[in-house]
Amino acid sequence: MEDKDTIICRCEDLTREDVRKLIAAGYTTLEEIKRISRCGMGPCQGRTCLQLLVREIAEMTGKDPAEIAPAKTRPPVKGIKLGTLEKGREDHE
Amino acid sequence: MSKNTAEVVIIGGGISGCATAYYLAKLGVTDIVVIEKDFLASGSTGRCGAGVRQQWGLKMNVLLSKESIKAYETLNEELDTGLDIEFKQEGYLMLAYTEKMVEQYKKNVALQKALGIEVELITSEEAKEIVPYLNTEGLLAATFCPTDGHINPFITTNSYAEAARRLGVRILTFTEVTGIDVEKGRVVAVETTKGKIFTNKVLNAAGGYSREVAAMAGVKLPTHPERHQILVTEAVAPVQGPMVISLHHGIYCQQAPHGSFIMGFGDPNELKEHVITSTWHFLEEMAAKILPLLPPLAELRVVRQWAGLYNMSPDAQPILGEVPQLQGFYNAVGFSGHGFMLGPVTGRLMAELISGRQPHMDISPLSLERFEKGELLREPSVV
Repeated sequence: MEDKDTIICRCEDLTREDVRKLIAAGYTTLEEIKRISRCGMGPCQGRTCLQLLVREIAEMTGKDPAEIAPAKTRPPVKGIKLGTLEKGREDHE
Repeated sequence: MSKNTAEVVIIGGGISGCATAYYLAKLGVTDIVVIEKDFLASGSTGRCGAGVRQQWGLKMNVLLSKESIKAYETLNEELDTGLDIEFKQEGYLMLAYTEKMVEQYKKNVALQKALGIEVELITSEEAKEIVPYLNTEGLLAATFCPTDGHINPFITTNSYAEAARRLGVRILTFTEVTGIDVEKGRVVAVETTKGKIFTNKVLNAAGGYSREVAAMAGVKLPTHPERHQILVTEAVAPVQGPMVISLHHGIYCQQAPHGSFIMGFGDPNELKEHVITSTWHFLEEMAAKILPLLPPLAELRVVRQWAGLYNMSPDAQPILGEVPQLQGFYNAVGFSGHGFMLGPVTGRLMAELISGRQPHMDISPLSLERFEKGELLREPSVV
C-alpha cells in the first residue's frame, strides 16, 4: 500500500505521507508533530497514532524508538461530557 | 555551535521572539540567533486560548491589536511558507450583565469606533441572532466586532520561524539560556547549554520566564507567572461563529475552525508560580460556568485539558523597550495573557527598536520605567 493511502491518525485523517513530510521538514519530536498536525489530539487521545508515529520518526531519523520521548499525556483519560462534569460538581457540594 | 557570535540574540521561541526575528531580518538584520529551551511555541504561546480581539478600553491596546489583526489577515501571503495560520475571523461577542458594564462598553465602543474598528453595542436579542443557543437571561447588552477571531498559535509561530530561517536567522530549539554576561553596563554574551554566543543585543521574549531571564542580566522585572487553565472538546460541525466572552463570569469560549470548543476562565485563586499542571477543580468549575450561558455544550466531551502561564505585569500591560541601565538588553514581556494576539505588532516594534529605528508608534507608555514613576496603565476589559 502506498504512503498516501496508509492512515496513521484516524481521528485527524493523517496519512503516512503527511507525517513523513513533516518529519522531513524538521519536526522530529512527538510534541512538535502533534501540535503542527493535531496527530494524537483526537478523541482516541493518541492511543493508536502516537505508537505509529514513533516508528516513523525512528525510521526516518535513524534513532532507536526508545530514544524518542513520549508525548505529554493530558487528562482526562477518556472524554467526559461537560454536562457530566457539571453534575459531578453538584453531587459533592 | 558553528558560529559563536550574533548581532542579536532572542531568548524565547514563542510568538514574540519568532515574529521579532522575522521582522528584524526583513529590515536587513539577519545575523540573529533565537534560543528556545524546548520546541517552538512550547510555552505561553502554544498554551493560549488562541483568540484575537480589538475590543479594548485603552487606546494603546486598541491600536496595538488593530495593527496585529491587520497583519494577521495577510500573514499567509506575507510569510509565504505554505503554512496556513487558520484565521477564523468571525468576531468576538462580549456580554454585559450589569449597568456599570454597559456604561463601560459604551465608552469602549465609542473609543474603538473613533480608532476605526468595526464594532457595535447590540441588544441581547441581536446577540442571540449571532449565537442562537446563547441563554440571554440577565443579559443587558453586548458588543460585537466581526473582525476579531481565532488563529492557530503553533502554526503561526512556526510560520514566522520558517520565514525568518529563510532570511538567514538561526533558530536553536532544545537549547537553554544559562547566563547573560554583562560588562560595563552593556550586554556582551549569552551562555547556553550549547555554548556561549557573543552579542551586544539581547531580546528577552521568554514569556512566563521573563523575570528569571532578566535576573541573569541583573535586571529586576516586576513580572510574575500566573497559571491559567483551558480545556478543549471533541470536534463537531461549525455552530458558533464568534468567541463568546463574559467578563462578569470571567469566561471565554470559542469554536476553533477545526470544530473543537476551547474555553477557559480567570480564577483569582490561581497559582502564581511556575506550575502548569491541570486540576479536576478547573473542569467542574468551567462546566458550571459555561453551561448556564451556552446550554447545548453539555453534550460535548472534554478530550483534553492543559495549563499555561500568563506573564503578569503590575498593570496587566506589556513592557516593551530597552532597559535604561543596561545597554543592549531589550524586553518584550509582561503581556498578561495577550501576547499571542499582539505578536505581529510586538515583532515590528521590537525590530524597529533593536535595529536603531524610531518605532512607528509611541510605545514610551509601555516602558519599564513607568512602574517607578507610578504611571500605570489600566485596561478595564480583561479576563
